[in-house]
Amino acid sequence: MTINDILGGLMIIAVGLGLGGTAQAGPTLDKVKQTGQISCGVPTGQVGFATPDSQGRWGGFDIDICKALSAAIFGAVDKVKYVPLTAQQRFTALQSGEVDVLSNNTTDTLQRDTELGLNFAPVVFYDGQGFLVSKKLGVKNAKELNGATICVSPGTTTELNLADYFRANKMDFKPVVIEKVDELRAAFFSGRCDVLTGDASALNATRLGQAPNPDDYVILPERISKEPLAPVVRHGDDQWDDIVRWVVYALIEAEEKGITSRNVDEKLKSDDPNIKRMLGVTPGMGKALGLDEKWAYNEIKLVGNYGEIFDRNLGKDTELKFERGLNDLWTRGGLMYAMPIR
Amino acid sequence: MATDTASGTSRLRGPAPWHDPRIRSVVWQILFVGIVVALVAFLVHNTLVNLRRQNIASGFGFLDREAAFGIGESLIAYSPADTYARAFLVGLLNTLYVSALGVVLATVLGTVMGIARLSSNWLIRKLAQVYVETFRNIPLLLQLFFWWAMLRVSAPAPRQAWELLPGVLVSNRGFVFPVPIADPAHRWMLLALVLGVLGAIALKRWSKRRQAATGAQFPTGWVSAGLVLGLPLLVFLAAGRPIDLDWPELKGFNFVGGSAVSPEFAALLIGLTVYTGTFIAEIVRAGILAVSWGQSEAAMALGLKPGRRMRLIVLPQALRVIVPPMTSEYLGLTKNSSLAVAIGYPDLVSIANTTLNQTGQAVEGIAMIMAVYLAISLIISFFMNLYNRAVALVER
Repeated sequence: MTINDILGGLMIIAVGLGLGGTAQAGPTLDKVKQTGQISCGVPTGQVGFATPDSQGRWGGFDIDICKALSAAIFGAVDKVKYVPLTAQQRFTALQSGEVDVLSNNTTDTLQRDTELGLNFAPVVFYDGQGFLVSKKLGVKNAKELNGATICVSPGTTTELNLADYFRANKMDFKPVVIEKVDELRAAFFSGRCDVLTGDASALNATRLGQAPNPDDYVILPERISKEPLAPVVRHGDDQWDDIVRWVVYALIEAEEKGITSRNVDEKLKSDDPNIKRMLGVTPGMGKALGLDEKWAYNEIKLVGNYGEIFDRNLGKDTELKFERGLNDLWTRGGLMYAMPIR
Repeated sequence: MATDTASGTSRLRGPAPWHDPRIRSVVWQILFVGIVVALVAFLVHNTLVNLRRQNIASGFGFLDREAAFGIGESLIAYSPADTYARAFLVGLLNTLYVSALGVVLATVLGTVMGIARLSSNWLIRKLAQVYVETFRNIPLLLQLFFWWAMLRVSAPAPRQAWELLPGVLVSNRGFVFPVPIADPAHRWMLLALVLGVLGAIALKRWSKRRQAATGAQFPTGWVSAGLVLGLPLLVFLAAGRPIDLDWPELKGFNFVGGSAVSPEFAALLIGLTVYTGTFIAEIVRAGILAVSWGQSEAAMALGLKPGRRMRLIVLPQALRVIVPPMTSEYLGLTKNSSLAVAIGYPDLVSIANTTLNQTGQAVEGIAMIMAVYLAISLIISFFMNLYNRAVALVER
């Protein structure tokens, strides 16, 4: 018996109980319909993406994706159980069936797609990793960060990109790795680290939301990685994968066709065959997905199209004031491009 | 013989097998073990099937792959180009390092406080009591956050660091101090130190034997101190005082050169020491109180001074009561060091967590953490049991 066998045995005992329950789990849609709710893995708290309000109701960009899914399946936005998960917990939670879908600012990578047994839905937010520094340091770009102490959260692509960037540029750094986001920010703002690194969108939210004085801090111009953030489902349920995929596409397609939560009822009378198919006036699409024909109508009516979701949580209607940039429609020079709904 | 009679033969044949308590107990035990084995086999099978069904990689092959993440502090050379196995080793050494230091410091602090709680001086007694009652009753995690925040917030930024002594600096990046640059003479000094320690041990034995034989005492303490400190000093002077210090200096963002203690490490060490010290203090107090007062009275009657009374009469007897619960405290301290993950010290758990998240192999990662803590705990137990046997009352 090698040490590997012994360890293997131990670990199997450890998780056997946890995974035992899911051995026979059927298609996710059946389970969701049966329990009457979607279990949605969301971040533990990030301004603009997922934050509970004073009454404990969740709101944000990631939350609206969950709501859109709920609207498409149940025709109501409140059939969601939000499960806040840290970066380290989220994949295990999805793999073990604790949640049905992750809407957790997860970067789509090859390794996660394959070895972790996950499938990524279309990208809902194109992000990139950046550096947040205090203006007092007088740093103008990331190449000047040699020797810096850098606060980073563990188990993310962020941690790897950071090491890669410094290796590629032959620079040194000292990571301070802290799991809880609140502690991480506190460490940075108390001066324990020179730099806080993360997705630029999150850094901006942190700067505006948590900094004692936002103007004392600046995000350096470099983006050292591509961070396409997408909802995630687990391998082995193609129907569920399809549903999540097309729920996202419908949001983008609706914006492109000019359908909003306000005018969606008028658009039911539209002569455009594409809109008729999408909104279920011409039936077929809902049946193909295993959903009600009103799936896309409900999504748009109850949650809004992609542009509305973006503006409401991150864009011009908020303190964050994110530019659409890469997240604009392809017709306006962005990367948001929905596959045809037909 | 009596057994040859009819009644004897029937007794030899005994009751029916299902009434024989021995057979019954064996059957029940086999049945029980069988159920446990079957349950484990079911769980193993179920897990493997699940992992395979979800196309999740399994096995320990990932250990040879490049880790690609950085680690803040390490006792051995490490870079992101090293393997996961080496990253794991870095974490293991960090855990052992903080635990070993913590055990030593907590023992010293706990013993001092335990004795202080029994002091005849009211102030000392009450101070020790306040210490024990305060730190014993606050959760360790909160204490860690407290110490960490204290070290971070109260100290200035590196560019405004407090200079305690030339080259000894305190900032929110930690405690930085100069270290000697390695020199060939240092190896000889180390050798002299070892010789000094061996000499001191031999001297102690010799003086003990002499005292037992003649009653004459020898100033062992002073001579030992001379041996342990003096020999390396002699070598140092003989080699022409080869001391070049590696001075820390502010370069860019942080201090370069010298040696540094990070706030995370310091907070963890202080937290573990102060917290575990309270329990050790109570154990030491209980141990001393367990030695009957008559022993102290007898020692006083012989004219021993308070210090010697404690060292020669009370403590050796108290150790028999102290050592077994002390083992639990050492184990507790080692396991509590895993709270490091909350304040960003790269211990075993922190690094294994990152590893299992990068590779997705949570099952293997957790198994390795468990196996390592189990091994460390068993080793500590083993040595403490050996020591316990050495100090236990030898019954004749």
